[in-house]
Amino acid sequence: MPAAGYNELMARRAEIMKSAIQIDYDQFESGSIAFDYEGMMQKVGYSLDEIKEIQERTGVGNTPVYELRNLTALCRTTAAPGKGARIFLKDEAANPSGSFKARRAAVSVYHAKKLGYRGVIAATSGNYGAAVASQAAMLGLKCIIVQECYDSEGRGQPEIIEKARKCEAYGAEVVQLSVGPELFYSFLQLLEETGYFNASLYTPFGIAGIETLGFEISQQIKGMIGRNPDAVVVTTAGGGNITGTARGLIKADALETEVIGASVDLKGLHMASDEQFNRKSFTTGHTGFGIPFTTNPDRTDVPRSAGRPLRYMDRYVTVRQGEVFYMTEALAQLEGLERGPAGNISLAAAFSIAREMDDDQIIVVQETEYTGAGKHIQPQLSFARENGIKIRFGNPEEEIPGQSIILPEHPSMIRAVDLDLDRIRLSYIRNCLASLQEGEKTSEEDIRYMAEECRVGTDKLNQLIESLEGR
Amino acid sequence: MKAVKGDWVRIHKTVLSPAQRAPQVPEDTKKIPLEMWDKGFLLSDSADVGDEVEVETIIGRRIMGNMIDVNPQFHHSWGNCVPEILHIGRQLRSILAEEAE
Repeated sequence: MPAAGYNELMARRAEIMKSAIQIDYDQFESGSIAFDYEGMMQKVGYSLDEIKEIQERTGVGNTPVYELRNLTALCRTTAAPGKGARIFLKDEAANPSGSFKARRAAVSVYHAKKLGYRGVIAATSGNYGAAVASQAAMLGLKCIIVQECYDSEGRGQPEIIEKARKCEAYGAEVVQLSVGPELFYSFLQLLEETGYFNASLYTPFGIAGIETLGFEISQQIKGMIGRNPDAVVVTTAGGGNITGTARGLIKADALETEVIGASVDLKGLHMASDEQFNRKSFTTGHTGFGIPFTTNPDRTDVPRSAGRPLRYMDRYVTVRQGEVFYMTEALAQLEGLERGPAGNISLAAAFSIAREMDDDQIIVVQETEYTGAGKHIQPQLSFARENGIKIRFGNPEEEIPGQSIILPEHPSMIRAVDLDLDRIRLSYIRNCLASLQEGEKTSEEDIRYMAEECRVGTDKLNQLIESLEGR
Repeated sequence: MKAVKGDWVRIHKTVLSPAQRAPQVPEDTKKIPLEMWDKGFLLSDSADVGDEVEVETIIGRRIMGNMIDVNPQFHHSWGNCVPEILHIGRQLRSILAEEAE
């Protein structure tokens, strides 16, 4: 039996969202699978120059790039002669709230203020909460952050509790919830009660806010070595980070740069499970978000997500929790940069990918995040151990999410694992086709749209559809 | 534990009972309620832990819940020593030192 008002509130969902975002998504819809993504980004987003100006006003962006010479040297000890690309790192922890999320929040909160809202709300357990709270403080708006934080025994993920502390430090109210997707119900209640702006992660302006990150990478690497990087590795969860970064690279004319998504492998753990909630050591950047958001981006708090990872990914790899913790320690010990583990997912992937590349090539790790109590290799491993997770040195390939964390016995054992993009595309297409009404057929526009989404030609797309029908 | 008007307190409430949970949640989650925690300044003259109270949150919202703590603090920390971590830097430095020789 639903709670009093539950169904009524959920039924008002579209109406509540409309007044909390003020975007008319219908104007971009075709009535079928296709929608006008670029049209939406152009009409509702901001231009790169506008974003730069908005972000500069609050000190967001223009973060340093470091060449990781010692990690590059270490990588080369594990690579064939002539292999081992130079590894660079964009230190996004230098943003005001300690992560690249400040870029998204800067534009969202600016937009909320421009539209005359008195406050902003975001549903997030991640760094985005702190980013929105920080920006709201700068722009004089009120802020509520809604977090999924505790299991049924009241045990909170230390990383998420640290973010609650940080949000409070910026004057935000933090509403904490136990595990479950009904967080959305509480979120809607708050939006309706306060009339605040929904600072969703997935609006066109939020995603446009990340374009400066890709653009800066191109500019800075060109300034340092005279050309664009060969590859950029981006931690992938909801898909916004890779979308915005790739769009920024394209705007900088870095068309040859390979864009690689990376997620932590949490295969087998259910994200809405109370019992499994505290058996994971990463609360974002993992496959539990990365895969579903790549194969079905429109599962967010807005009708159409502006984060569309399949459009921009050249490659998608996974790394294991133990490898990321190990590389987090390596970054501190060899490069003198102590940063949070979740931001180092792309670092672990880059360390492995660099090994395949020539030694005159350049690979960029696209972000870092701040570290602090709860949000650091030691408290996170300590928490895992308290929850019965076995921690040991060994071969990371033997790691079982929720049961073990295996720190590599040697850095040569760090291996990014490639996901089959065609399989992900098939899953994406299956989700699109499932949205059709009974008897409804795909239009030519739908085929063109899905081909664009999957970054393949229409011939290849038709082949993929046929292979689905053959099953 | 007692609190008086104006004290900073933590409240808890049940948002959805187990029977009210969304159909898509896994079985283990369906057995437990959806709970919520928040903080605010106590609005009634006095209250004991466990009492239902009204508070004003830091941004000025008024909400109800059961008081569970007075002057709540954060307990997250730097964790217990995880000795394995200590070996990573030593190993990596020795690999680089060997290479330099």
